[in-house]
Amino acid sequence: MLSQQITTLIDKELKKYPADQRQSAVMAALRFVQDEKGWIAPEDMADVAAYLGMQQMAVYEVATFYHMYNLKPMGKYTLTVCTNLSCQLCGSGDTLAHLHKRLGIGLGEVTADGKYGLREGECMGACIDAPLLTVNNKQMCGRLTDEKIDQILAELDKK
Amino acid sequence: MINIEIDGKQIQTENGATIIEAAHQAGITIPHFCYHKKLSIAANCRMCLVQVEKAPKPLPACATPVAEGMKVFTHSEQAVTAQKGVMEFLLVNHPLDCPICDQGGECMLQDLSVGYGGGHSRYHEEKRTVLGKDLGPLVAAEEMSRCINCTRCVRFAQEIAGQMELGQAFRGEHAEIMSFVSGTVNSELSGNMIDLCPVGALTSKPFRYKARSWELSRRRSVSAHDSLGSGLAVQTKNNRVLRVLPIENEDINECWLSDKDRFAYEGLNTSERLTSPMIKKDGTWQEVEWQAALEFAANGLRHIANGAGAEQIGALATANSTLEELYLLQKLMRGIGSQNVDFRLRQSDFSADTKQQGAPWLGMSIADIGKADRFLIVGSFLRKDHPLLAARIRKAVKKGAQANIVHSVDDDLLMKVAGKAIVAPDALVETLMQISKALTAEKQGQSASGEAAAIAKSLASGKSVAVLLGNFAQQHPQAAQLQALVQQIAALSNGKFGFLGEAANSVGGYLAQATPGAKGLNASAMLSSPRKAYVLLNVEAELDCANPQQAMAALQAADLVIAMSAYKHHATEYADVLLPIAPFTETSGTFVSSEGRVQSFKGAVKPLGEARPAWKVLRVLGNLLKVEGFDQDTSEAVRDEALKGVDVTARLNNAIGGVEAKAVAATKGLQRVSDVPIYATDAVVRRSAPLQATTDAAIPQAWLHSDELKKLGVQAGAAVKVSQGQGSVRLFAAADDKLPGGVVRVAAGHAATAALGAMFGTITVERA
Repeated sequence: MLSQQITTLIDKELKKYPADQRQSAVMAALRFVQDEKGWIAPEDMADVAAYLGMQQMAVYEVATFYHMYNLKPMGKYTLTVCTNLSCQLCGSGDTLAHLHKRLGIGLGEVTADGKYGLREGECMGACIDAPLLTVNNKQMCGRLTDEKIDQILAELDKK
Repeated sequence: MINIEIDGKQIQTENGATIIEAAHQAGITIPHFCYHKKLSIAANCRMCLVQVEKAPKPLPACATPVAEGMKVFTHSEQAVTAQKGVMEFLLVNHPLDCPICDQGGECMLQDLSVGYGGGHSRYHEEKRTVLGKDLGPLVAAEEMSRCINCTRCVRFAQEIAGQMELGQAFRGEHAEIMSFVSGTVNSELSGNMIDLCPVGALTSKPFRYKARSWELSRRRSVSAHDSLGSGLAVQTKNNRVLRVLPIENEDINECWLSDKDRFAYEGLNTSERLTSPMIKKDGTWQEVEWQAALEFAANGLRHIANGAGAEQIGALATANSTLEELYLLQKLMRGIGSQNVDFRLRQSDFSADTKQQGAPWLGMSIADIGKADRFLIVGSFLRKDHPLLAARIRKAVKKGAQANIVHSVDDDLLMKVAGKAIVAPDALVETLMQISKALTAEKQGQSASGEAAAIAKSLASGKSVAVLLGNFAQQHPQAAQLQALVQQIAALSNGKFGFLGEAANSVGGYLAQATPGAKGLNASAMLSSPRKAYVLLNVEAELDCANPQQAMAALQAADLVIAMSAYKHHATEYADVLLPIAPFTETSGTFVSSEGRVQSFKGAVKPLGEARPAWKVLRVLGNLLKVEGFDQDTSEAVRDEALKGVDVTARLNNAIGGVEAKAVAATKGLQRVSDVPIYATDAVVRRSAPLQATTDAAIPQAWLHSDELKKLGVQAGAAVKVSQGQGSVRLFAAADDKLPGGVVRVAAGHAATAALGAMFGTITVERA
């Protein structure tokens, strides 16, 4: 079942669209689920489908199409490292290596304590700051060096 | 109309058409995969790229509308280069397994790669692999690497079947066709995805690795499993039916086929087939020669006719027997002096027989149904009883038509329903009376509120109204009243009304005169006042009759039961002689569809073992009993005799007079609502293993509203004892909150419920 908070947010979102086109709110609805639970389980997709009057498979198509939806638990903090060309030229390989050293996990994995998850990301549109990573798709960190990564992790550890 | 030019050919086409449609009209082929005339445009395969004058780059013909003066080149250098480029990309990841692929020989990709593919591949990297999926017992999706992601299957499920059971998940190179959380595809139309798949990704599971397409002979036939009269291409090899495909007819089945029609053939050659005549001697069954069996049957009938009297003989046939069989059966009965013959085994109200002006039929053509803009569907398990008609109505509803439902269950029709009244069976008459009253009021400008008024309002606003009575309404104990009321409603809304026929020959039976004469007994009376002898044609009494308890009691008490059947079944308990007859694929015959279309077909294969076409068996019985007029040489001669002087269109008439509709007092206790599950309708379907493995063929449950369950103190999922008359069965209780109160839904036509009584009436449910 979708929580009260989620349905309230979806209802607010639905006001942006014509009443007979509830499915327009599907991407936002999936985002709200992920914000609350950290990932989107098939049951949540079915709930979103029921709430918006959509076919379950149609929700699944959207959820699997967009990279930023987590289809499995990705830890409390999902670190998404851009591996596209600009970041790669500026050393995203080193970023990943350092994160691997610090967290002991590779791409698509979660630390044993469930705190950190590591994902590969697509271009974040801020190549001037390459290499880049995002925390939970919300906070963007650029011009990464080993020291800066340690600093980001230290801040997250404190939370 | 606008003028365009394709490959130098001047073409006039409708404004709004696409280039590919215009080209097909003019007989010009444009290669394509994802385009299908019945589905929405996806334009994702890019195979149909063509050159258009003044366009800077090739355009997809399937998604480009024509414009006045447009010049299109489908085979210019630019077009062919583009098409070859697309083909090269499609083949990059396509496996080279054509030699073992079921689609080989009838594959669009294979065919088009001959024209547009290269002789060798420039791609030497690893091909992408996509894991196979389990989509259930009918559609095989084992080799999804073959998929070219045209999304025809997805669009079919969404647009025609009404339920998006497949989708394209993930993106780009990772895109794959799959179901939600590994679910199976449960649509009753799922087999059409196999036809639509342009490659070998979705293939037929029952047909898998049985034969190569070029080894099969193709025979034209007509569906025996519902009343639509779908055209079948029965494909055979070594005298066995190996596959059934649709024959396209825009006015009947379009290019579709229901799974029931497509996969029923798997029930043709089971070990349960009766392959030689048998006589019960001293309590044991013995195989005998035809001559002995026929003489036994003839002597038995003669003995009863001479002794107890011919009126002590009754003949029952199912409505999926051919016109010829039904005609000869009634001719035989009338020849020996009995008027007791009937084919309407699940009907319980026969009072319309004397009040009805003609043979009940659809009341309109099937094509007309697609054109109606308001529907009132009374007492029909529409999706399961008439899958393709449901699809046609679904299409009409998508275009703006309104569907209204009056029924005792509220199954999801996968379409928008404008108004509905879901009431217990004993309130159906009253509901229709209310609608009729509301319609009269609506005409006088008064509007009321409530379910009935909403339906009346919807009907009154229509230009072309179709009122349809389903199987449930025809089997209802007040069927004649329902018919009269529907006639009234149709008249008030200037519409047409008709019957969604139950079986292949529900209309044909009337034309064959397989109904009792004035002095004869109908199907129900023949069993309620038992006869001494019965002749059964295709009948499985405990599954095909309105009241199995009564039917079995009558047959068990009879002195003589002659069972003509394609299968060994429970008849061994009550019959005295079993005559093996041929199912529809093994005999020539005729079905008259619910719209009155008379369609004859030939046998696709020879009868199995000693089985013989039933019309021949009846002819010999007629000869042995020395009845005149049994010297036909062919089934065509029988058909011509049966329809001689019969103006079919004039015979079809739903008008009924002299019936007064009267609401009945509410029944005390629970009422039974019974459907005949989609894969329990006739003997062949019941034995088709793949159909029986689908979710639609699950063992029936006792469905109740959760309030009723609470009253009974039963949890959903718990076992309950369901009793009716002298019999009871153990079923699992299930909750369906869309059911009205006071009813329990228990399917008929299934072995699990065959010990129960009538399909309508009171029934008790208690904790087991």
